[in-house]
Amino acid sequence: MASSSTTSPCAACKFLRRKCLPECVFAPYFPPDQPQKFANVHKVFGASNVTKLLNELQPHQREDAVNSLAYEADMRLRDPVYGCVGVISLLQHQLRQLQMDLSCAKSELSKYQNLGISGHGLLHHHQGITNLARDHHHFHHQLFPVTNQQMIRAFDGGSGYDASSLLSMNMSASIGQLGGFQQSRAAGPATDGRRTPVEPS
Amino acid sequence: MAASSSSSSFSKPPCAACKFLRRRCLSGCIFAPYFPPEEPTKFVNVHKIFGASNVSKLLNEIPAHQREDAVNSLTYEAEARLKDPVYGCVGAITILQRQVFTLQRELDATNADIMRFASGTGAPRGSGSGYDDPNSTDYWTGKGQDGGI
Repeated sequence: MASSSTTSPCAACKFLRRKCLPECVFAPYFPPDQPQKFANVHKVFGASNVTKLLNELQPHQREDAVNSLAYEADMRLRDPVYGCVGVISLLQHQLRQLQMDLSCAKSELSKYQNLGISGHGLLHHHQGITNLARDHHHFHHQLFPVTNQQMIRAFDGGSGYDASSLLSMNMSASIGQLGGFQQSRAAGPATDGRRTPVEPS
Repeated sequence: MAASSSSSSFSKPPCAACKFLRRRCLSGCIFAPYFPPEEPTKFVNVHKIFGASNVSKLLNEIPAHQREDAVNSLTYEAEARLKDPVYGCVGAITILQRQVFTLQRELDATNADIMRFASGTGAPRGSGSGYDDPNSTDYWTGKGQDGGI
């Protein structure tokens, strides 16, 4: 008798050393060529927790869920103390800085618009603003040279990600909670400027 | 003498973790400092997402002075995942990254406008903050936008 289709076991079943059945809940999301993805998720969340989580979701949501779990696990392994929360904290800090800079720049622009000044006397001052903007741009890319692109690709790639649904899930309240968490910390990534770039693999 | 178990004068109540796990809370319990008995939900959530043994291993690998922050961040992530089982706190990261990206572009555009005025080349391309960007901050605050990406 010829052997049945010998598709290789998914990364999860290979890791767990069990037979990969056709209905394996992990198989669509943990291909055998990405062993580290499951290893990380298993280490942080545990296989049974992931199974329960996936079983509670609709099939069309599972890929995004696995990808976000993989990202969280990766961040937690890179930064065992803060994990993803460190990234959130840093982004909030960047956002605050940008908001202040934008406010200053708009104020400056409005002066020009109101007065119609086109002289060169203020050129040096505005080079300062430009430098500040450039520094923030550089700072931003220094810390997230890949993260931004990878994250947006991961969640824009036709997976049905809808930011408005996240907003409706009171995500802003969650971020607001983080404000309290930040203040309770003795020292945090936002204040020490983050040690190293945090990028997903 | 009363039986040792009947006197509760010097026995601490079990931490929320040991109470949930129905085990004796020993003096060196790794969970006890961070999961007080009056906050049972905190441990329930963390256990549901990460599992007690994973949390225990993680805490044991972290210096003691950092464990409180670690527990707080795990608690935050667990709550975020329970509220949003698909994206968890990663949803917040994506939103924040886009906000940062959008603000950076707006800042660059504003500075470019300033430079145009400063160099005397005349009025900027658009007025005020400029462009109808679906990813502008107004989108995220729901002002004048219909949401969605």
